[in-house]
Amino acid sequence: MGMTMTQKILAQHAGLHEVKAGQLIEANLDLVLGNDVTTPVAINEFQKIGFKEVFDQEKVVIVPDHFAPNKDIKAAEQCKKIREFAREKQIKNYFEVGQMGIEHALLPEKGLVVAGNAVIGADSHTCTYGALGAFATGVGSTDMAAAMATGKAWFKVPSGIKFVLKNRLQGYASGKDVILHIIGMIGVDGALYKSMEFVGEGVASLSMDARFTIANMAIEAGAKNGIFPVDDKTIEYMEKHSKKEYQIFTADEDAIYDEVYEIDLAKIRPTVAFPHLPENTKTIDEIKEKEIKIDQVVIGSCTNGRMEDLRIAHDIIKGHHVHPDVRVIILPGTQKIYLQAIAEGIIQDLVEAGCAVSTPTCGPCLGGHMGILAKGERAVSTTNRNFVGRMGHTESEVYLASPAVAAASSLTGYITNPEKLEVK
Amino acid sequence: MEAQGKVFRYGNNVDTDVIIPARYLNTSDAKELAKHCMEDIDETFVTRVQKGDMIVAGKNFGCGSSREHAPLVIKTSGVSCVIAQTFARIFYRNAINIGLPILECAEAVEHIEEGDIVKVDFNTGKITNVTKNETYMAQPFPEFMQKIIQSNGLVNYIKTKK
Repeated sequence: MGMTMTQKILAQHAGLHEVKAGQLIEANLDLVLGNDVTTPVAINEFQKIGFKEVFDQEKVVIVPDHFAPNKDIKAAEQCKKIREFAREKQIKNYFEVGQMGIEHALLPEKGLVVAGNAVIGADSHTCTYGALGAFATGVGSTDMAAAMATGKAWFKVPSGIKFVLKNRLQGYASGKDVILHIIGMIGVDGALYKSMEFVGEGVASLSMDARFTIANMAIEAGAKNGIFPVDDKTIEYMEKHSKKEYQIFTADEDAIYDEVYEIDLAKIRPTVAFPHLPENTKTIDEIKEKEIKIDQVVIGSCTNGRMEDLRIAHDIIKGHHVHPDVRVIILPGTQKIYLQAIAEGIIQDLVEAGCAVSTPTCGPCLGGHMGILAKGERAVSTTNRNFVGRMGHTESEVYLASPAVAAASSLTGYITNPEKLEVK
Repeated sequence: MEAQGKVFRYGNNVDTDVIIPARYLNTSDAKELAKHCMEDIDETFVTRVQKGDMIVAGKNFGCGSSREHAPLVIKTSGVSCVIAQTFARIFYRNAINIGLPILECAEAVEHIEEGDIVKVDFNTGKITNVTKNETYMAQPFPEFMQKIIQSNGLVNYIKTKK
């Protein structure tokens, strides 16, 4: 019986010729990740297990990115705890403030994940690395602790949903719109416990940044992982960023999928998820001009803080000034992205347009710091969740959108279709 | 192993941000965190919850973040069991890994109401609604997960294998 791409990676890492959906396996891991919110809990558990050393100092990654640079004293204590743990255990891939970026933008850029890897991270958006043809999934702190100790994790082998992409995106439609469209279609539990495998001739037209965005939000459909096949673009990206050996897995032709959806990329429209669930989507054409007035725009996060995202936002904003009633916060995903944006003149133009540009941090995405909403305030955000209270007050609202829609909205003060943007 | 308690009833897609808002995650102290359990969906939960009480909710309970703080604050609040139609997968893992009993049972979710007294037999998966004098059967856990639960979590399970 045929296996999906995900099942093949899991089988290899479990030392098995074949696995079936629903089977419980123990897999060897290529990388174990944690951040400043989840690692402190993992350290407590790691110490309880009684292991003295991590299984491999090269294969543990710790990134203080959520409440870092330290937002308050308690956050400072948590970051101190993980820093000291990283030093004591001689963890090679600990990224201090100044070198760190938002973890899921940082790890691919540093070449730490390549195709064929099995990766767990104590962060739900670990599924981002599926863009590289790796199996990557979010877990909790105890799983991280056990994996740091043993290099293994238990998994229930997921069944798969296949998304066959055809044609190519048009105009301002982006990877973000593809994944918001899919979540709107199947719901926030539409892929619960399953893999989302993105295939078809349309994949080739998607940039790596678009693929990272799409895989990143697989968790918002409840999925265990999202994964893309490895093609020339993936190989070019890996050869540019990594020295690690990669391994290409392809789904069997007779692999069994629970469902198959065909997605016509040419028909994807800029899409916005309304509060308070990522599945509450409307296309930009369904939103009236001046229907949704906004107070803040956030462009960044592990979903949309990459170079392509900043370039799109810059193309729309440059030469104009953001609306006086809107606070526009830009968070480049990593220091390398920040530097590239400086080199391209993007940062200068955005600051001159009235945007606040921050050092990389998850910050406002999870209501941590750097742009919290007051009661009744609304934000258009390129982040990934719009749950009650996600970015601040329980009576604030987050509208999830692409960098293009967020940038257009920052100029008008309302959720705006970038295609119809008219600014003085 | 059995548990009995009063039910707190919630709807679908109860996410980890309402179970424990991220603004409090600057500490890993479970008791400190538990003061804010369910705060953004039910402000009075922490003042009303008593040891042994249960949470019953719809589908996709615990969706969103991977924060283990979510099952941890529920367990620390004294909740003896969460029954839902389905659980988000990371929450499901985390609950098993830290030893918070959870059960999937659509029938129970359909019939149990806020304030009902419910008894759960974890060995058989039998759920008894004492208030309504009804019984429902939950899916039993696979054997491997039962071993983790019996060891009171993954850490202890690994220790026994070490």
